[in-house]
Amino acid sequence: MSHIVNRQRNILDFALSSLLRRKGKNLGLVAVYTLVVFALASVMFFAQALKKEASLVLSATPELIVQKMVAGRHDLIPLSYAEKIKGIRGVGAVEGRLWGYYYDPLVRANYTLLVNDKYALPEKTIAVGAGIARVRNAFRGSTVNFQSYDGKPMLFQVRGVLSQESELLSSDLILISAADFRQLFGFPADYATDLTVQVRNKKEMATVAAKIQQIFPDTRPILRDEIMRTYEAVFDWRAGIIIVVLLGALLAFLIFAWDKAAGLSAEERREIGILKAIGWETSDVLQLKFWEGLTVSLTAFLLGTILAYVHVFLAAAPLFSTVIKGWSILYPNFRLTPFLSAFQITVLFFFTVVPYTVATIIPSWRAATIDPDQAMRT
Amino acid sequence: MIELQHIRKVFNAGKPNELVAVDDVSLTIEAAKVTVLRGPSGSGKTTLLSVLGCMARPTSGRIMVQDREVTSLPARFLTEIRRKTFGFIFQQYHLLQGISVIENVMLPAYPNGESFPRLKQRAEKLLSLFNLLPKAAARVEWLSGGEAQRTAIARALVNDPAVIIADEPTAHLDTKLSRELMEIVDKFKAAGKTILIASHDPLIHDSPVVDRVVNMRDGKLIDPGAA
Amino acid sequence: MRKSSIFITFILGCTLALGLAFLDAHFQTAGDLPLLRQKIKVVETLKLTDLCLATEARHTRHPSQSDWHSPFQSHPGALDHFPSGAIIQPPETIIKGYEPHRQ
Repeated sequence: MSHIVNRQRNILDFALSSLLRRKGKNLGLVAVYTLVVFALASVMFFAQALKKEASLVLSATPELIVQKMVAGRHDLIPLSYAEKIKGIRGVGAVEGRLWGYYYDPLVRANYTLLVNDKYALPEKTIAVGAGIARVRNAFRGSTVNFQSYDGKPMLFQVRGVLSQESELLSSDLILISAADFRQLFGFPADYATDLTVQVRNKKEMATVAAKIQQIFPDTRPILRDEIMRTYEAVFDWRAGIIIVVLLGALLAFLIFAWDKAAGLSAEERREIGILKAIGWETSDVLQLKFWEGLTVSLTAFLLGTILAYVHVFLAAAPLFSTVIKGWSILYPNFRLTPFLSAFQITVLFFFTVVPYTVATIIPSWRAATIDPDQAMRT
Repeated sequence: MIELQHIRKVFNAGKPNELVAVDDVSLTIEAAKVTVLRGPSGSGKTTLLSVLGCMARPTSGRIMVQDREVTSLPARFLTEIRRKTFGFIFQQYHLLQGISVIENVMLPAYPNGESFPRLKQRAEKLLSLFNLLPKAAARVEWLSGGEAQRTAIARALVNDPAVIIADEPTAHLDTKLSRELMEIVDKFKAAGKTILIASHDPLIHDSPVVDRVVNMRDGKLIDPGAA
Repeated sequence: MRKSSIFITFILGCTLALGLAFLDAHFQTAGDLPLLRQKIKVVETLKLTDLCLATEARHTRHPSQSDWHSPFQSHPGALDHFPSGAIIQPPETIIKGYEPHRQ
């Protein structure tokens, strides 16, 4: 047993000596490879964590939302629709939701205004999300000035700031009273932004949705299921930027492997000949190549993955926040819960280590099997 | 010790550049003796040495090493025999560039799987025998011709082989170093090793250390059996 | 010290660090459970439908609620929101949502 271990360690020693001969080139190779793994692992961790978070947190979203569509656009829905919908068998409560967007020219940010029955606020008071508090320097007791739809100023007192822990959901929210909402936006009294429908039997969801569409063909029902799948798709590996990074990384891996597999230089072939001449077997030579390949790829995998973890979960992914934020002024401060997928990490490991190591061994195969005599003459 | 029976080695058989390097050579190398292969360049000395050292398979004929036929052994076993029985010193040394002197010397023993400290000790002993110990960590590119030669010799000895084969060992050495080399050869003969040298240097084949000179020309032996 | 010893130590150290990362993830996730429950409560109470990630446009702020045409803005020739628009693309379900819900 120790005989085998010794042999492997000896060969590993030589593999390292061999790599260190071209220190600059090989260190550069490890650095670039690590960078690629880092980028790919970061994206994987970030997307996976957000996906999991969304799936957990949005599981409490309204079961069924009904929107009215006019000319392909989401339009205000008459509250009278609610009566007819209540009449459908299996439907519980139907409520109108009031929400909309407000553009604040002072800081060039978009806010989401929301009316909530549970958090009924007194007139002319609002509760703001933590992001808004930051951007507008608002705090409990301060005043904020909005401009209503007809140009008139409306002054609001900030009753409180929503929790920082919920920033991923509420960073840009402003909770407001129904009356103030309608006044601010000139929102007609008997309309709502959309309706939330409670369905008693979960299995009846699709049926109820179909019935609603039957009664009101100009509506679009959105099921909770669909909301959940939206977020699964947003952070799926097939989505936008994720696939760009994925393809870029795969291309990089391919190029590395190609460079290795493209064949040995005359110098390398000669060296294999020498090794065979001094008594190394073919299997020893192949093991040498294996260690050479594994050294580089394993180092890159470990360093890249560790750095990615630190980047995404300990440093709050500064590189990605810029991308996702886009032109938004408001961006939530949130710490992602590190939901890791063992499957993804294993796949990453295989993609990083196996092709490169194999590509290092294969071209040496031929050189390792020819007579050393021949190899040295080349 | 080593017996060759009707060895023939042909390169590029059937092609227009076909070359018969060794033509029907039958030879017995005695143990614990110094044998020299003499002949001009192109006479097939190097090829014959390769065949004797189990580094190249003959096109036809049989080889017996220590009364065991090795001609058609699978490559694995042949390599093991080569590693344990033979120590080869090449004409061009064939040291691995960019690697240190001591690692070059230890390389032939790596696949044996013995403990590293023990191997290192043995290599250091060999290096000190050849006055190379201070250069142990130096890269082989930085050595002088004589130092490289001695490194190549040390490497050939690391597995304590029974047979030492040297191809034109004095090609890059001056007279003084050549005489020193023959003294080392004498020491090994005294230690019971079989030594095989290919050389057209008169300093070698006229040396009293040499027990037998075999002449070669055009791949054939001239006067086989002559002492 | 032998090169292989240094390398093996390095790899073991990295593996340990990676293991620590997994451990950290495990404990952090467990520790975040109350926070998650809190967030679920917020979603339930406020009847929220989307994560607040990119607030620059309707379809990036509320991708699950936006209609098929909101990325097209109010006038032709309007530029898409980049890079958030490239990440938060209209999900498949939007198309399905336009189709009549089958019984």
